[in-house]
Amino acid sequence: MSIKVENLSKYYGQQAAVNNISFEINTGEIVGFLGPNGAGKSTTMKMITTYLTPNNGKIFVNDIDTSVDSMEVRRKIGYLPEQNPLYLDMNVLDYLEYAADLESVPSADIPKAVKKMVDVCGLSEVQHKDIGELSKGYRQRVGLAQAMIHDPEVLILDEPTSGLDPNQIIEIRNLIKKLGKEKTLVLSTHIMQEVEATCDRVLIINNGEIVADGTPDSLQTKFKGQLDITLILKKDSNDKDLILKAVSSIRNIEKARILKEDENSIHFSLTGNKGTDVREEIFRKIVSMNMIMLGLHQEETSLEDIFRQLTSN
Amino acid sequence: MKNILTIFKKELRSYFNSPVAYIVIVVFLIITGWFFTSNLFIGGVVTMRNVFDIIPFIFLFFIPAISMRTFSEEKKSGTIELLLTKPISDMDIVLGKFFSTLTLTAIAIAFTLFYVVSLTFLGPIDTGSIIGAYIGLLLMSGVYIGIGIFASSLTENQVVAFIISFLIVFGLFLLNKVLVFLPTELASILEYISVDYHFSNIARGVIDSRDIIYYLSGITIFLLLTRTSLESRRWS
Repeated sequence: MSIKVENLSKYYGQQAAVNNISFEINTGEIVGFLGPNGAGKSTTMKMITTYLTPNNGKIFVNDIDTSVDSMEVRRKIGYLPEQNPLYLDMNVLDYLEYAADLESVPSADIPKAVKKMVDVCGLSEVQHKDIGELSKGYRQRVGLAQAMIHDPEVLILDEPTSGLDPNQIIEIRNLIKKLGKEKTLVLSTHIMQEVEATCDRVLIINNGEIVADGTPDSLQTKFKGQLDITLILKKDSNDKDLILKAVSSIRNIEKARILKEDENSIHFSLTGNKGTDVREEIFRKIVSMNMIMLGLHQEETSLEDIFRQLTSN
Repeated sequence: MKNILTIFKKELRSYFNSPVAYIVIVVFLIITGWFFTSNLFIGGVVTMRNVFDIIPFIFLFFIPAISMRTFSEEKKSGTIELLLTKPISDMDIVLGKFFSTLTLTAIAIAFTLFYVVSLTFLGPIDTGSIIGAYIGLLLMSGVYIGIGIFASSLTENQVVAFIISFLIVFGLFLLNKVLVFLPTELASILEYISVDYHFSNIARGVIDSRDIIYYLSGITIFLLLTRTSLESRRWS
């Protein structure tokens, strides 16, 4: 067991930022904390990294209690806070050396450790530049390099891709995936695609509580509510209400309504039962009515919908 | 110990990487230099007296100015989270920053040794009181720096940190000056608390253990307060 959290709570005044949560993370897992801003993701991470002390509950990292031997826990963890902790007036190499020094990497091994991180994180072009001169994408890489300089067993990344442009996001995600192969990795995000792209497992957190826990696929199956179907027909002499009635009569279709209507076409929105496929029957029905189908699209509830469903207050 | 050294080296380097250290040292030397030369050429007296009298006053501004960034900047830029999640104790961080700021101050003070050296060519100097004054200056700046670092740990705003540390330091400095207006029992207590009183003792060349204890305990109290202030993040 890499990380074990038991009945963890943290209050800011009367407000519970984290409310009695428990979970376990196995060695080698890539876990995503997903939740809206202010859900308690960062606070949980700050408690795991010993920056904050919980009001209640216990945290074990590699079976070491954070409240008993916080120094040993810190040694096991590499941490990239949400606000990337960079000294803008230092150059990249100096900064990484400083980070290695703080992690008590033996002085003889520091040049090797720094060199390795420069290679892994693709920093060789900018290694002599001041961090203040770097783009956001590079800064994020420097932050990641800092977090991993001592080759920690557990890596905790708080919103590692926030504020990056789409290309940089993909670069950082690939880097995270590469790193995640050898380590237990916890990352937080409020972006669905990120979790789907990188994580083995998702913890959806809302209002300081875990509202869902599982692989992205299992969550999709579990929360699959309904089928959303969009149907577009060419406008002709047939009566709309008649069509609506006809479509509603198809098996497994629960609801049908007209979404919009313009000169040439009518858009219908249909709702079907989960786990079914009604496209074929719709097609046959339309053909039998001698109408022309311009479009048909069927969509199952996505992780994004689940997220919205679980976290909208 | 190694951790303190790591922080110490990084802090000292960042002082000299920014213009702050140079500006502050230059201003310090201009002011002390003016008091030294005016005394020497206008007064015609071979003494460091005026310089040592003015330094505690300059330090009222000088030390809050150099120590205001120690923790405020880390809080503002978020790097404090880096330091506090690395396997080093809060006290190591505080001590590393304390000694680096003390070193910068000592460097500034060391430049005034040129004045002493030039005096030796002009006439006999009172070696004992000069050595005493230097020891006293270092101890006194230690207390000021402790206060400055503590103020800096309270806020992420450097200006606020400067004002807080200036007010505390100025208060301690002023105590000695208002004694005449106070009843004697209270006056003797306040006199003991006053930084300036102990400095004038040591600057006479009399190194009394009471004065040393006063300074060392002052430093210790403010460094412990700083550590407490860092730890307070956990309770909030």
